[in-house]
Amino acid sequence: MRETLLELDGLTKAYPGVVANSDVSFQIGKGEVHALLGENGAGKSTLVKTIYGLVKPDSGTMTLEGKPFAPAEPRSARASGIAMVFQHFSLFDALDVAENIALGMENPPAMGDLADRIREVSETYGLPLDPARIVGDLSAGERQRVEIIRCLLQDPKLLIMDEPTSVLTPQEVEILFETLRLLSSEGTAILYISHKLEEIRALCESATILRLGKVVGTCDPRETSAREMAEMMVGSTLHTPEREAKDPGEVVLSIKSLSAPAPHRFGTALKDISIDVRAGEVLGIGGVAGNGQDELVAALSGEMRTGAGMVSLDGQSIGHLMPNARRALGLCAAPEERNGHAAAPDMSLTENATLTGTVRMGLTKNGFVQWHKARSFAEDVIKAFDVRTPGPENAARSLSGGNLQKFVIGREIMQKPRVFVVNQPTWGVDASAAAAIRQALLDLAADGAAVVVISQDLDELMEISDRFAALNGGALSAPRPAQGLTVEEIGLMLGGAHDMEVAHVEA
Amino acid sequence: MDFSSINPILLLASLMVASTPILLAAIGELVVERAGVLNLGVEGMMITGAVCGFVVAYHSGSPWLGFVCAALGGAGLSLLFAVLTQLLLSNQVATGLALTLFGLGLSALIGQGYNGIKAPNFPDWDIPLLGDIPVIGPIVFQHDPMVYVGLLIVAAVWAFLKYSRAGLILRAVGENHDAAHALGYNVIVIRFLAIAFGGACAGLGGAYISLVRVPQWTEGMTAGAGWIALAIVVFASWKPGRLLLGAYLFGGVTVLQLNLQAAGLAIPVEYLSMSPYLATIIVLVIMSAGRAPGSLGKIFHASR
Amino acid sequence: MLRLEKRPQPSQVWTYTTPLLAVAITMVVGGILFAALGKDPLVAIRTIFWDPMFGQFASYSLPQLLVKAGPLMLIAIGLSFGFRAGVWNIGAEGQYIIGAICGAAVGLAFYPMEARWLIFPLMIIAGFAGGMLWALIPGFLRVRFGTNEILVSLMLVYVAEQLLASMSLGLLRNPEGMGFPGSRNLSQITSSQNLELISGTGMHWGVVFAFIAVIFAYIALSRHMFGFNVRLAGQSPKAAAFSGVNPKRLVLICMGLSGALAGAAGLFEVAGPSGQVSIDFNVGYGFTAIIVAFLGRLHPVGILLAALLMALTYIGGEIAQLTLGLPGAAIQLFQGMLLFFLLAVDVLTNYRIVLAKSEAA
Repeated sequence: MRETLLELDGLTKAYPGVVANSDVSFQIGKGEVHALLGENGAGKSTLVKTIYGLVKPDSGTMTLEGKPFAPAEPRSARASGIAMVFQHFSLFDALDVAENIALGMENPPAMGDLADRIREVSETYGLPLDPARIVGDLSAGERQRVEIIRCLLQDPKLLIMDEPTSVLTPQEVEILFETLRLLSSEGTAILYISHKLEEIRALCESATILRLGKVVGTCDPRETSAREMAEMMVGSTLHTPEREAKDPGEVVLSIKSLSAPAPHRFGTALKDISIDVRAGEVLGIGGVAGNGQDELVAALSGEMRTGAGMVSLDGQSIGHLMPNARRALGLCAAPEERNGHAAAPDMSLTENATLTGTVRMGLTKNGFVQWHKARSFAEDVIKAFDVRTPGPENAARSLSGGNLQKFVIGREIMQKPRVFVVNQPTWGVDASAAAAIRQALLDLAADGAAVVVISQDLDELMEISDRFAALNGGALSAPRPAQGLTVEEIGLMLGGAHDMEVAHVEA
Repeated sequence: MDFSSINPILLLASLMVASTPILLAAIGELVVERAGVLNLGVEGMMITGAVCGFVVAYHSGSPWLGFVCAALGGAGLSLLFAVLTQLLLSNQVATGLALTLFGLGLSALIGQGYNGIKAPNFPDWDIPLLGDIPVIGPIVFQHDPMVYVGLLIVAAVWAFLKYSRAGLILRAVGENHDAAHALGYNVIVIRFLAIAFGGACAGLGGAYISLVRVPQWTEGMTAGAGWIALAIVVFASWKPGRLLLGAYLFGGVTVLQLNLQAAGLAIPVEYLSMSPYLATIIVLVIMSAGRAPGSLGKIFHASR
Repeated sequence: MLRLEKRPQPSQVWTYTTPLLAVAITMVVGGILFAALGKDPLVAIRTIFWDPMFGQFASYSLPQLLVKAGPLMLIAIGLSFGFRAGVWNIGAEGQYIIGAICGAAVGLAFYPMEARWLIFPLMIIAGFAGGMLWALIPGFLRVRFGTNEILVSLMLVYVAEQLLASMSLGLLRNPEGMGFPGSRNLSQITSSQNLELISGTGMHWGVVFAFIAVIFAYIALSRHMFGFNVRLAGQSPKAAAFSGVNPKRLVLICMGLSGALAGAAGLFEVAGPSGQVSIDFNVGYGFTAIIVAFLGRLHPVGILLAALLMALTYIGGEIAQLTLGLPGAAIQLFQGMLLFFLLAVDVLTNYRIVLAKSEAA
């Protein structure tokens, strides 16, 4: 047993309407890699924010190296040796790497010295990084390195990592794990937050599982099966989607030499993408975030116009058409960001149903919205997709992430599209809702639609895709049948480890 | 028409004077915008500064005291904006407009009874030796002290943003307030300070108009200078060095058209008077490419 | 310690009560201001809000209510579309001036022809068109070059004011005016005058158009896809793009529409209450309309009420100036305060104020 570094005792934090943490207690030893496991909304984020001084608990205490620990703000947490890498990086796009790192330090050295130290640390831990580069131009993996190096420069006793691998290729994940193991062997404890069970089994030596704010179990992940942990996390047995074998139909969506410049400074240009998608088929597109996913969805949905012939539907050129013209022909889409892109947060669900439903559901007459029809369409979606809300007059922002996602996906599927393009269908959605969404996508394909699913969750893609392709730097790899693909093969398709050698591959 | 009445040395010298009010207001607004706040109330703060400065200088006889009170007046008014936008989370565009309308009314009220009175004299500063250099001396080194104060503030802001840690934090807050908050910086306090600084600078700029440039008080005398200052910040791509260029460019157009008016050019006065505003529009069209601070104008609310 | 907490959805109750609350606070603070100026606050408030409707000069001031509210309403309705869509036309004052100049120019061009059935409609069209084109300048520059429309539309106010001066001194000057600046008096020319339609009400064609605008705006916002797209684009630009709204076209429509209505307001003013193109023709309706639009919550009916209220403060202010010697600037300040307090209490619609337990570290 390791010497205890941090002890949490009875931490409770309630928000109006939710108890985020209820009587949470566990210990982290020095140099231990400790997993914190739980679904979205289980209270993981609140808990780590408490440790990091961003949230003050209603009751309960913390003890760091035998002394009471109650950080009033992140600064004092950092002073006590706690460092944190955020899930959504807290970086400043327009500033350079060194400036970003300086901002996260208490007493940064002069800029010149800091640059030297950054180079030194990045070499020691195998995380190459140029201190003078502008952060907005970095890849997701590189951005994460900025955060990690920022933490390491402060010689932390405890490093908190919140969902660090969601933006990494398998090879990059392996490199990260090497770094974390090295840190652990040097005596730095790591609190590793994730819902990816295989990763936790590969890396961590103990795990605390949270559900609805409470600790529901602890285990040694090296000796516990992924399924057992999953069931502790979810609290029930899981329903896996069913899929029937089927013959692919004729080509519905055809993309030919699709190229488009980056729509904004930190965007990705699409490079010569060609692929056909057939009726009844699910095409899975993987790739690390920021490799052209948003741009591809925009080019298909009509939000971004391209050369007319670059995209065609049933043989008809549609690349130049606006979204509603494409919807009329049968192409529906759902972008990744629910709040503010796929849905307008401050508008009611009825209005959000109108957002995309006017053409195919006949919600307008001479340009006038027929609100009673819009309302009943919204009600249909709510009912068919089990959206938890008091009614369609409620604002989209009042729904939880998973419920809004069900509404957004349902809204498109209920329009019976010929082609459905969806980006990150289950991001941030709890396991049972995710399973329902995947099943709905499979059902849609079974009814003869062509479905394009873009996701960073490889397990999800393997589960529902017939064919798999990967986006890398705005280019799409040649598609391959999903069945029988190995993790290594997928990793290579995703573009290897970007600018790192692929030699580290072990898994 | 008599162009020979236009003396190029005098023209360039008055250019520095003509650009000082907008330079002062613009450098303040630049700091505010780098902190991620869009305060459209510059015009209102300037005119408030103009009237505060004038009234205080008139009664005390001291232009310096006038400038100090103008800065306080501008900062005071800007704090209203800060409370509304930072604490009560109001829309920055609407609040800025309200500040301008409010400032125009307030200044007219305060300035009642001061119309047409001459401001106390604010003598030029004859810098020995430097002022005696031919050509350059009269252009650059024979002005009133506020011209140099303005330049000093620009230089100080430039150094502050580029080299100081506080400047880095201010830029970080303007770039991504959520990330800055997550790192433990107090976004609201930093923005309050920036807004107050912007208000003080706008107040100084306004007082420069009523105490030096005109020098007397008339209602609405800033005549859009605050809006032009806002335009110059965009033109400058939020960089202090280019701000100086923008302000001088604008000062140049103003002085030139005034000289042409005096020289009796065959163009009606009204069309010459339009030229600074048209020049501003043209400059905005050419220079819309700069990258604004990431959080500019967005509402910050620290949620859980 | 007080803390703000975001509501899951905007509060209906507060949406309607915040404007009333803002008016109430403004009256209190305004009263304090008037007291500071040495006036009896209650008398001052009564003079401004009560006397124009029920005081001894009510027969004179009541018609003025519509005369003043008409242009405010017309301009504010136009602005409200843009403000909802995130298109900030704050140069309505300039569009108002240009509309007046264009409309008046058409009327004067036909002088002394008497075909009112032809000339007056042509003037109205010219007023609409002039304001629209003036507003499309910043609209076009934003769409084409990404230029900030706030600054450009404002700069164009100053340009328009200079044009107005030039017109009243030059091109449109009354040839029989003995050298005084200003045009012929349009309200005295039968073919181009915009007089009271029902005597004693202040109702002229501009007011009629304002009421029509309110009705159209109401229908467009609540029932038509255009209104839906405007709201969507303002609340969530990315969702609007996904839905299929063409953002550039929306910018042009919003700018053009607000400019057209402001221009029309200018025309009706120049042909009616004001009568002539003169240097001091514009009195700030274009800016006050911004307050009206916000005070009316960008809602057509709200704007109708807010315009009447604002017209009341104008008229009441004038009466207070005459009878109490209250400075004119005080009224301007009063109007500015109203917008300030509205923005301040607006926080209640989207946030809840909660008393947080003191969080001792």
